[in-house]
Amino acid sequence: MDVLRVTVTPAAAELIRSLREEHGALLFHQSGGCCDGSAPMCYPAGDFRLGQSDVRLGEIEGCAFYMGAAQFDYWKHTQLLIDVVPGRGSGFSAEAPRGVRFLTRSRVFDDAEIDALEAAGPPHCGPLP
Amino acid sequence: MVYVAPNQPGSKVQFRSRYENFIGGEWVKPVKGQYFENVTPVTGRGFCEVPRGTAEDIEKALDAAHAAKGAWGKTSPAARAVVLNKIADRIEANLEMLALAETWDNGKPIRETLAADMPLTVDHFRYFAGCIRAQEGALSDIDDTTVAYHFHEPLGVVGQIIPWNFPILMAAWKLAPALAAGNCVVLKPAEQTPASILVLMDLIHDLLPPGVLNIVNGFGIEAGKPLASNKRIAKIAFTGETTTGRLIMQYASENLIPVTLELGGKSPNIFFEDVFAQNDSFAEKALEGFGMFALNQGEVCTCPSRAIISEKIVGQFLERAVERTRTHAVPGNPLDPATTVGAQASNDQLEKILSYLDIGKKEGAKVLIGGERAQLSGDLAGGYYVMPTVLQGHNKMRVFQEEIFGPVVSATSFKDFDDAISIANDTLYGLGAGVWTRDGSQAYRAGRALQAGRVWTNCYHLYPAHAAFGGYKQSGIGRENHKMMLDHYQQTKNLLVSYDPKPMGFF
Repeated sequence: MDVLRVTVTPAAAELIRSLREEHGALLFHQSGGCCDGSAPMCYPAGDFRLGQSDVRLGEIEGCAFYMGAAQFDYWKHTQLLIDVVPGRGSGFSAEAPRGVRFLTRSRVFDDAEIDALEAAGPPHCGPLP
Repeated sequence: MVYVAPNQPGSKVQFRSRYENFIGGEWVKPVKGQYFENVTPVTGRGFCEVPRGTAEDIEKALDAAHAAKGAWGKTSPAARAVVLNKIADRIEANLEMLALAETWDNGKPIRETLAADMPLTVDHFRYFAGCIRAQEGALSDIDDTTVAYHFHEPLGVVGQIIPWNFPILMAAWKLAPALAAGNCVVLKPAEQTPASILVLMDLIHDLLPPGVLNIVNGFGIEAGKPLASNKRIAKIAFTGETTTGRLIMQYASENLIPVTLELGGKSPNIFFEDVFAQNDSFAEKALEGFGMFALNQGEVCTCPSRAIISEKIVGQFLERAVERTRTHAVPGNPLDPATTVGAQASNDQLEKILSYLDIGKKEGAKVLIGGERAQLSGDLAGGYYVMPTVLQGHNKMRVFQEEIFGPVVSATSFKDFDDAISIANDTLYGLGAGVWTRDGSQAYRAGRALQAGRVWTNCYHLYPAHAAFGGYKQSGIGRENHKMMLDHYQQTKNLLVSYDPKPMGFF
């Protein structure tokens, strides 16, 4: 059983494709804290420096999706669904000038999925080699 | 009396239909000529246009700031204090107008902007006017003929990126110490709430020399990034969240400049058993302290969004707290001074709060009250309102671990003192915390054991100048709201002077 930690809605996938035409390769990093916290940030690849404390949750529409390891500890029992809504956020996320904002929706993994994820081992940390 | 909405006949606020950037003492059109529509969360409708600034505008603002920094940095502390006091007086004289502008831009109830945002802003400028007058350098006696003198000098030109939850007050928290210390500033307001700061600038533009304070509007990726990553700033200050905080530190590392960051929290509010030892005004005060989660619709970095309650009283405490929420925290027209809960600042913020109510329910949290969007009627139907919500669950749930930034509190119980502290500290953040008890010794021990920069003890959500504010752990770097913030905006110049006429005898 292949369980994804992060997935994407068709609308968000379409936006990612369009942003890639404008900015080239993209990277997502899930934020925490206040204001725009708890929202996914989308950056031109290379803008945000990943460290060994960043967990690679997977890819959405060909873009790597990361989260800080300490935050991942509190989030790992949930699957993320990246959506898009009207708004503009206030961080440096690439979609904001278009009047839309990526949004993280979530659901709790069931027991079979948790077992499969544990069997697969811990996710990769840091940039891919 | 309900305030007349801005831009209507008889309103105390008339926004311009289009604003410009404020650079070098003048309103300047954005180089690329682009603007974006600014929406009020009260109704969800646009009410003015704001520049969509870019790197070119940031450079113009930095040109103006660098041209001004020499003279401003040499202005006497007394003269700078006079300027800050004049700004405070001007705001105070126009307090109602600014409060209404802030409410319209941000969505918060006018009760709060009148009683908190604007009076605190006034006091903040006065506080730093006093601080800079009273600040002294220091000298150290090294030996009989050698003295180390320490002088404060401004950094020069600094960048500041302001959040949307208290647009004017958070600007004041950053501007007052920076200007008092003799720096020139390039400031970028939040794109959700750019207008009220521009109204303020309209009001005070004649009080500052041209170039000392410059405002460039725009989006983070287009205007914030060229500011934060610019080699012509000597420091960057940011309030926001962790990923952008990291990005800003990365930019700062490229230029080897200091940063101050305030990145939020997930503040615990601890209620010990003895708060209900008597059914008196203190018990009521503790319940009011619980209810502070609804202040500013929960859009506060220190929102007491985790209530941690002694298991001996948790049942009756939550029963009374929920009832108090039902009667005291009711979404309504932000322009009505009787309204206690206004609109969330933006549609994306509303959607994010609803997504958290969803995962909270999926994780099994019990909804004691609220749990959904508030649908108001008439002009307010298009606004962004949420029912104040009390969830009950445990500290490992995501609604206990993430700053929802909405009127949502997650409640749980503890067995004993150590359990309370352990739950409270089981978080990535450490900005604020609350402790409620009649036992002074217990209050002290709890306050010292909590890993948070501010522990409100038998009170909550007070923000007086002269009480240091800042975070432990992932909540940030630096302490605002206190004279120690001057250190974050100043260099230390050491003159090490010998008064000995004789050679040392080395060479």
